[in-house]
Order: sequence, then structure tokens, then C-alpha cells
Amino acid sequence: MARIGVFVCHCGENIARTVDAGKVAEDLRAHPGVVHSEDYKYMCSDPGQALIKQAMAEKGLTAVVVAACSPHMHEKTFRRVASASGLNPFLCEMANIREHCSWIHEDRVRATVKATDITRTIVEKVKYNQALDTIRIPVEKRALVIGGGIAGIQAALDLADGGAQVILVEKESSIGGHMSQLSETFPTLDCSQCILTPRMVEAYQHPNITLYAYSEVDAVEGYIGNFNVTIRHKARSIDESLCNGCGACTQVCPNKKIPSEFDCGLGKRTAIYVPFPQAVPNLPVIDRTRCARFLARARKITKEVCAKCADACTRGAIDFDQQDRLTTERVGAIVVATGYQLYNVGKSQPAGLKGYGEYGYGTIPDVIDGLQFERLASASGPTGGKILRPSDGKEPKTIVFLQCVGSRDSEKGIEYCSKICCMYVAKHTMLYKHKVHDGKAVVFYMDLRAAGKGYEEFARRAIEEDGAVYLRGRVSRLYREGDVIKVQGFDTLSGEPVVIDAEMVVLATAMRSQPGIEALAQKLSVSYDQHGFINEAHPKLRPVETNTAGVFVAGACQAPRDIPDSVAMASAAASKILGLFSKDQLEREPTVAMVNASLCAGCFHCERVCPYGAVEHLEIRDRKGVLVKVVAQVNPGVCQGCGTCEATCPSKSVELQGFTDQQIYAEINALNL
Amino acid sequence: MRIGYYPGCSMHGTSREFDESLQQVARAIGAELQEIDDWSCCGSSSAHPVSRRLAVALAARNLALAEAQGLEEVVAPCAACYNRLAGARHAVAEDPALAREMPAILGRPFANGVAVRNVVQLLRASAPAIGQKISRPLKGLKVACYYGCLLVRGEGVAEFDDTEQPTSMEEVVKACGATPVKWNMAVECCGGSFSISRTGSVVRLGRVILEDARKAGADLVLVACPMCHSNLDFRQQAMMRRGESGMPILFITELVGLSLGLNGRPLGLERHFVSTAPVLAKLADAAGQPQKEAH
Repeated sequence: MARIGVFVCHCGENIARTVDAGKVAEDLRAHPGVVHSEDYKYMCSDPGQALIKQAMAEKGLTAVVVAACSPHMHEKTFRRVASASGLNPFLCEMANIREHCSWIHEDRVRATVKATDITRTIVEKVKYNQALDTIRIPVEKRALVIGGGIAGIQAALDLADGGAQVILVEKESSIGGHMSQLSETFPTLDCSQCILTPRMVEAYQHPNITLYAYSEVDAVEGYIGNFNVTIRHKARSIDESLCNGCGACTQVCPNKKIPSEFDCGLGKRTAIYVPFPQAVPNLPVIDRTRCARFLARARKITKEVCAKCADACTRGAIDFDQQDRLTTERVGAIVVATGYQLYNVGKSQPAGLKGYGEYGYGTIPDVIDGLQFERLASASGPTGGKILRPSDGKEPKTIVFLQCVGSRDSEKGIEYCSKICCMYVAKHTMLYKHKVHDGKAVVFYMDLRAAGKGYEEFARRAIEEDGAVYLRGRVSRLYREGDVIKVQGFDTLSGEPVVIDAEMVVLATAMRSQPGIEALAQKLSVSYDQHGFINEAHPKLRPVETNTAGVFVAGACQAPRDIPDSVAMASAAASKILGLFSKDQLEREPTVAMVNASLCAGCFHCERVCPYGAVEHLEIRDRKGVLVKVVAQVNPGVCQGCGTCEATCPSKSVELQGFTDQQIYAEINALNL
Repeated sequence: MRIGYYPGCSMHGTSREFDESLQQVARAIGAELQEIDDWSCCGSSSAHPVSRRLAVALAARNLALAEAQGLEEVVAPCAACYNRLAGARHAVAEDPALAREMPAILGRPFANGVAVRNVVQLLRASAPAIGQKISRPLKGLKVACYYGCLLVRGEGVAEFDDTEQPTSMEEVVKACGATPVKWNMAVECCGGSFSISRTGSVVRLGRVILEDARKAGADLVLVACPMCHSNLDFRQQAMMRRGESGMPILFITELVGLSLGLNGRPLGLERHFVSTAPVLAKLADAAGQPQKEAH
């Protein structure tokens, strides 16, 4: 016979204002199976918990119902209390009379009746509760980091320093990401390369890190602690074990006019190339879409075309017949750190976005974006760090910077703030003024958002010490007139239209998610927002976890992030994973689906509807080893307990532990409808 | 190809030459224009600041008439008429409540089933046909295509071309054998109806447009709107600086008419305030024969 204790919480005034907790406790006292019922001001407080423990000891309770807030809030607390008193924690349940009752009602009498009803349903449910045991699953203490930008490098280094084995996968031929393209960084103006390249080398040489550059994640299977990842090693056309990075091949390549991606089209590269001198690993790659040999091969020309790179290579490392290679790695946790791309200002746009035809980007050569300006300002850039116009190589004496190009403009399809632009535009004006002393920097801004340590001071320095002119307002159009670019804008502070003759215009374009991020997110079963940014599990309390256990997120693939943010997120993700790896086994809540193999007909409807891929096939054999039937089996490590399979099963052979049909029916019957 | 024709107030008045040249060109490309019987004012710029329902209803009345007269599409040459008609069609399509009350307001059935087009759309669709029919390629003629503020604008209303970098007039110009110039003022405002109330503003705005066309080396500015034409043509005297020669302002139908071998008078070229003679002279030079047509 059940001996149930009911504990009704006032939650200060939160519940007691609209629900008569004493009356609820009194009504429940007479309910069959209830041997103890009382109310208290704060059940979750130490004295409240002591009341529960005392009643359990005195009355020998077989189950506990706490009528209080949402189970999300305090289920763990009260189950711990039950457990400490020797009761299986899953025999303790919560009746939510706060979010589901007191907070949403005003009529005290009727709210009290409803609170009693809610509590009674849970009392009826708990009569059928079974003692459940925590699930334990093994952990593979290796981590996969996807993306070799600053976030990925930081996560990999922190993990590796913590003793974990790390696999770092980067889709480009070198790690470094966007940060390697930057000239100097805000708010300290330290050189980006100088602080990044040592970390790149460290990641490459770390004994615990295996770097796979020019590789992508092809498929992900498994679950927290036990992922199987297929990695595609794209064909570099270089034998990595032979190449010593001498660069002789790039010297002789005849195709020298290809716009360099690293220099944002402002510089040129060859068809076999190393993206930048400090590349890690320092290995060239053949661009098969540009190399004459591969183009000829694609056109089915059998004659031998150009093999100058192979001829120049003293080590025979050039391999024109190299194929993509697939390998499988077993890891326990994954960090997604795939970074961002910039919004393209021009006319052609992906679905859902619109361009700025009025800014002439792509038609006026001296209208460039922020990343292009970084390349111009970079000492290793196409101009050797001199600010020169792309059109005629002259030094521009007036540069106009436009903030919020794309960002905060729902008309163009991007309503969010890209966060970094206010600061990097301030930095650009300073870099420009430090290089061109008689130059004039004009900034059109909407708001100056400089929230961050030292950020406001930095922006003020740009204005007060370096004389950047900030005009609050938008620019309606840019057009070329002779040698200058006419900037037609509106100064909303003076209320006057302004026309500025600029010699160069820099557009601070919005940050967008990487192309192909949706496909990767689907492989990892993590959710993403309408802009393609990976969703964190909780915007405040779980910022680097995703909705899939064991998959973490760091850097600008989650939202626009600057370098300090990205690094902080990466370290946070690494510490989460090191915490995960500190145990040999993971503990999981046992509220997962179970299949009754004797009832299961093997239709596998459950397998098709399971969003987590938790349903497996189990062969039932008799004693002689003859196959009797194939039934469904739920992998408790993967199952998230959503119950979709239970609702789908035609033979009612799947049940969600802790939420069985019997328990749900008992709850419904208790309502006496 | 039978198309409804909504002339609006200007086509039979101040911009007769647009009407005349349109009729000529339509005949040449095999489009039969049928004027909507009993058409009324589109509402222009006066109605919509006062009442949205009135503005929609005034334009919708003409669409309802076109429907009743069995027309599937209507061409409105004036950019403002086009904008009002297409805008009304869009507003009724987007707003079911407005669509429900329209028949009662109009006093006639209205299914909102008539497509609204402007002359640029019509000509662009016929550009391949024009390209085949031209008998006098306008070789060497440099044309600044001026769209003005209304022709390609209105989110969801005029979606036939890019609002900031449109190219449809250029396509027609190329089909005629002429050369569109690259210039900056294609979608700037000419001052519109301020021609009368604030002439100074119109002169200032027009001067900027004409100066840029001149800098781009244009022989003429091409328009597809009676308002733009009257501002740039009729008011040009006031925009000109000492010693400057006039910049001919041609309707797009006049240019197409010339390429089809039609003569100046039937196209209405003699009705302009700024002489179109330099254009004809240049064409004659290019053809290597003296231009007989005089006006």
C-alpha cells in the first residue's frame, strides 16, 4: 500500500497570493494513499527540506509529491532530498501549482481548487512510479574541433593542455581563419598576426592535437561520449609527407593572375599556392578549378598540359591523381567553431537577402568592404601596409566609412547588430590616420555601440585624438564622378543633407553565418536560427552548449562575435568538455524510452520518427541461434526522452520510463471529468 | 496582342508626343492598344495623402472597367499612373478586407485580375522583336536612360527591375542599336509635380541630372514619364547655363520609333521645347546622308 507524503509550498507570496496552500494540503490529507500532508512557506529552503526528511523518517513514506514550482526549477532539489533519505529519487514528483496555476489566475477560490486538482493528479501518478536507476555510458576522451579560426585554435589548445586528445579540422588549406587576415586588433591595436601565428604553430605542434587542414566533416553518428565522425581529407594534390614547403612550385606556376581569397581579391595568387606566408601547415594546394592541367583534364584533353610545378618539385610531392580520402574518428565531444562570412553588398544575393544597388559595390572599384581595408592596412597585405586605392594605386586623402551596411536593416533581411563594426571602423579610422597624416576619415553611423572593456575609450580616442569625423545618419547613395566618389548622406544631428567627395569608401558589412552551416548543423543534430547561427542551449545559462548533448559551440558561428568573445567562448567550451572527460562514465537521467521486445512487431515506425536517431535494430534469436525476429531497441545514451516513438508505436510496445501510459491515465482519471 | 490602354490625363494633353509615338510603335510591333472606355483619373499624387481607400478606389475603378471590357492587361505609360494602378492592384491583393469592400465602393464587380504594365516593360518584352525590325540602327547615338523616381520603385509594386541599378531601358536602347551611357542619375528625382509650386527646386534637381548626362557624353536623355519629360524639357531653359546647348529629352517610344524607320513628325519630335534636331542630325551623319526631315 502506498504511503505518500504531500508537501505544498507557498513560494513566499508567489503561490500563496492566489492559492490557499493550507487548504490544498488539508484537502490532500484525505486523499487515498496520502499519509502525510503539510504546507510551508519555502519548501526548497533548508527548513523546508528538513520537513520532508522528517516526515519520510517518521511516516515511512514510499513516495513524495511536492506541490510547488515547475520541475525545471526544483525537481533536482527535491529528488536529492528523497535520495538522501534513502528513497529512489524517481519516486519523488512535483506538482506545478505556480507556473500552471497561481501565476496565471486571479480568482483565489477557483485557483485553490485547481491547485488541489493538479496535486491530486500527481499523487495518482506517483502511485505507479517505478524506482529507476541512473544510466551510465562510457566516454571517449577525445574531442573534435570543427574550424581552425581563433575560436577553434583556442578550444583545441585549452583541451590539449588539459590532457585531452584533440582533432582539429579546418576546411581551408591553412588554419588561422579571418583573424589571420586582420591588420591590427581593437581595442589595443596589437598586430593580429603577431598574436595569432604563435598560437597557430602551437596548435600544429602540440602532441595532443592532430590537425587535419583542407578537410571537412562528412558525417557524424553516435551520441555524447561516443561520436563516430567521418572526415573528408580533400585532395590537396600534394603528398603531405613529402612536401617540405619550399615554395618552388608556386614560383613556377604560370597562372599568376587569380584573385587571392586571402587578400579579398585585392592581391593575386597562383593556381598552386600557399594562401599566406605564415600558413600552418605550410603546404601548398592546387586549385583544381584554376589549374590548366585540371581544366584540360575536365575538358577531356588527353595531351599532357603544364606540369611545371611537378618538374620544379625536388621531392616529387606533387600528386595530380590524388583523391579525396575518408577517415573515421571516434570522439566524445565536438566543438563547432566554423566562424562567419561577410554580407555581400552587391546586387546578387542569396534568398531572403537584398543588396545595396545604391552603393555601387562591385562596380565602383574604390568602394570596398571592411575586410578588404584590413588587407590594405596589413603589413603583409597586397600593398605592404600602405593605404592605396584599388583603382589607381593613389593614396586616398578622404575615406568615408559607412557603418551598419546590411546590419540592423530588416529591409535587407538582416535585423541583428553585427557587433564588431563600430569598433573596427573606429580602428580603421585610426590606422588610416596613423598612416596618412593629412587624410580625413569620415564615419556615418546609426549608433556607436562600444560596450566592452576599453571599447568606449578606444572609440573616443579615434574621435578626439585622431580626429575622425563622426556623422550620425545614413548614406542614400554612392556614385563616381571623375576621380571622386560622391557620398550622399544625411546628418540627422544637424538635420542637413550632406555630400562628401570621398576618394575611397569602406563599407562595414554585416556578419553572416558561414555558407553550408545548415548542412553541418543537420549532421550534428543541432538547431540554428533563421540566419543560420547555431543555437545555444540557453541564451544566458548555457551559452556554449547546444541542444545536442556533447556538441558545443564557440565563436562567430553562434552569433556575431569579436575576438575576445570568441576566445572566451572557446575556453568555456573546452572547460565544459574537460569536465565531461573528467569522469570515466557519464550519468544520464533514466527517463528514456524502453521497448518491450515481446510485444514489438518490428515495424520501425519509431525509428523513422525519432529525431535523435536513438532507435536501433535488435535481433532476437532462440537458443539454437535461429533468428526469431528483429525488434526495435532504444539506445539510452542517445534517447532524449521526447516520447515521439511512444506516441507513434501501433502496438504500444514503447514506453517512456517515468511517463508510462499507466501513469498518464492515472493522472487523467484523477481529474474526475 | 490586345492590350488595354490607360492614357491618364497627360497622354492626350501635355505629352501628346508620347501618345503619338506609342501608337506608332505599338502598331509596328503588333500590339493593339484599346483605350479603356470611360476611364477616369488615377488619383495622382493628390488622393493618397488624403485617403488610402480613396486613392486605391480611384485607380481600381479603371482596373474594374478594364476587367468588364475583357482586357487582361493594361499599359499605363505615365509613371505616376502606372504607380497608382499597380499600387492599387498590389494593395487590394495584399489586403483581403480592402478587396471585400472594393465592389461596394466602386459600384461594380472587381476581381483584381488585370495586370498593370508600363511602356518600358512592354518594350523590353518586345526588345527581340524590335531588334529584328529596326530599319535605321541608331548606331553611335549615346543615350542616358532616365527612369526617374517612380518607374521602378514601390516594394512589391514595381518588381520588374532593380530599384537602384535598373537595366530594362538600356536593354531596349541596345535593341535599337544605340549605346546606353554609364551615368549616375538614372533613378534620381526630377522634382515631379513641384514644377508649378516650387519651380526653383525642379530647376535645381533637373540641372544635376542634365549635367551628369552631359558629363557622361550623352546625346540625349531618354525618359518614360510625362512628368519627367515636362520637367526636363519644358523647364530646361531655366536650367541651362550661359553657352550651354540644349539636351534633347526623348520619350523611349520616340527613340524606338526612330530605329523602326519612322519619321520625326508622326513621332511628335517637333513638339519638344528643346530641339531634337541634333539627334536627327547625328543619325543622318551616321547614315551618311543629309536629313530631309525638317521641323
